[in-house]
Amino acid sequence: MSAPRLSPAALAGLLAVALLPWAVRLFLGDSEKYYLHLLIQILLWSFIYTGWSLMGRFGLTSLGHGAFSGIGAYVTVLLWNFAGVSPWLGIPVAVVAATIVGVLVGYPCFRLRIAGHYFALMTLALTEFVRLCIVGLRDYTGGSLGTQPKRYGDGLSLYAMQFEPDRMLSFYVAFALWLFGLYVWRHVDRSMDRYALDAASQDEDAAASVGIDVTREKLKITALSAAMCALGGAVFGQYQMYIGPDTIAGLGTSLNIVFAVVAGGMWAMLGPTVGAVFTQLLSEGLRVVIQSSGILKSVLGSAALALDSAIYGLLLVLFIIYMPKGIVGTLLERRRQARPARVARAETPPA
Amino acid sequence: MLELSNVNAGYGAFQALFGLSMRVEAGEAVAVIGANGAGKTTLLRVISGLVPARGGEMTMEGRDLRLTPAHRIVEAGIAHVPESRRLFPRLSVEDNLRMGAFVPAARAKFAERLEYVYALFPRLKERRQQLAGTMSGGEQQMCAIGRALMSGPKLVLLDEPSMGLAPVIVAQVFDLVKRIRSEGYTVLIVEQNVAQVLKVADRAYLLEVGRIKASGRAGDLAASDEIRKAYMGL
Repeated sequence: MSAPRLSPAALAGLLAVALLPWAVRLFLGDSEKYYLHLLIQILLWSFIYTGWSLMGRFGLTSLGHGAFSGIGAYVTVLLWNFAGVSPWLGIPVAVVAATIVGVLVGYPCFRLRIAGHYFALMTLALTEFVRLCIVGLRDYTGGSLGTQPKRYGDGLSLYAMQFEPDRMLSFYVAFALWLFGLYVWRHVDRSMDRYALDAASQDEDAAASVGIDVTREKLKITALSAAMCALGGAVFGQYQMYIGPDTIAGLGTSLNIVFAVVAGGMWAMLGPTVGAVFTQLLSEGLRVVIQSSGILKSVLGSAALALDSAIYGLLLVLFIIYMPKGIVGTLLERRRQARPARVARAETPPA
Repeated sequence: MLELSNVNAGYGAFQALFGLSMRVEAGEAVAVIGANGAGKTTLLRVISGLVPARGGEMTMEGRDLRLTPAHRIVEAGIAHVPESRRLFPRLSVEDNLRMGAFVPAARAKFAERLEYVYALFPRLKERRQQLAGTMSGGEQQMCAIGRALMSGPKLVLLDEPSMGLAPVIVAQVFDLVKRIRSEGYTVLIVEQNVAQVLKVADRAYLLEVGRIKASGRAGDLAASDEIRKAYMGL
């Protein structure tokens, strides 16, 4: 694997993101904690979304990745709370567990060529199954109320991988994870597996005919995608110091993942990240506006609390209809169209 | 080179091929002719592992094909140009060709094979950056054949290469077939366009409802009254 070579623009962008928390400290010092929290959430979800997009971009639309982030978070926390296993060991165990679940569900699907809607339904069932397990094991998991990892000392510990009180540290943990996600995405994007999966998503028979082991390729990407989402879920739990079936595991989580990536764009490296920025800011914005609006509350009563979800759903529909390539995909396309002459010249083979 | 004996195959409860035996020798062009639904496409899909053979024996240069999954058939030296071309429509021509050389052994020779295919079909070189799905039917057929040649096969399976193409283009497609023959490839071609394919092939099998009804030298079959009446409308 060669070290990634970065363009000056990419380096400047990375540096800017790395310095963001200091900008927050400088300009938004009063509510530093809140804004840092927002940034951390965006980075953590970006990582999980990037993991989902690894499959999504090849037509493997999973409505069940909340299952994997949930397994990542719950296995890690339960091992810590009930067996005293440090997350340094617990997270690898959780990631392996989620990968195994992904492969167990994926293998029959891919072998029997379950694709499209039926695959989506299978994964939908998976996420509900995991949620029911969490709720059913309420003596350990806290059921639908969720649970917390036991705080170790003052909540700052390398051994227990707890860093929540230090928001700066948390930011850089999330930042590192996000970078790792982009690295994985790029690695996949430049591999032969990408071509194989692209081909398989367009025509499975033809792909098999040229020698692609379609089942194996799909299993590989599913394992990777499940593992990333599990890792993301586990770190999310360590940061939030709370995990619940609604925040990291259930159907809601699964669907949010899909919406964010559709909005951001699943065919570009930064699509899932832009999707995370967009959805996090949108839901925070809607929440603040709706909760602080007396008029909305008096008209709608407690229904106002569900208004942000409704708007969220409406936007998803609009995105799928008018911007199927997502924000980043659409922007890239515009840029390509804006300079057709140059592209055409570049693509003409030398005579 | 390729040998089938007593092969049965079908889909679910439906049986499409009954005790089929045939052989293709190295360097030959063999045609399988027959009406719609005779089992021609199924035959090629069985050879390339996309439909399992339910009985009988099937070997390629002594290698048992029945135990070989679809994605490993290429390694046995067989390249399948499927019915209605089945290109990867949203990949460029060059990426389609790249996929043809997907297996590791072929990947190592990718540049060499690409040059060879471009020399054989210069039109593909002109269109290298175009999305395969946006080309004309004839060009797509050319690309599909080129993709098959990328793996450096010994035997090329062609499934109805003339299907859905305008008569002028059909003539061009049969020219392509002649060209890959003269390059030394062994060809097994399935066609409904009986008159044309019998001009290209050395030998032919006539398939009717899953059974071989006649076989022989292409010239003899083309001269047979029965085949002329039933399949060539003469």
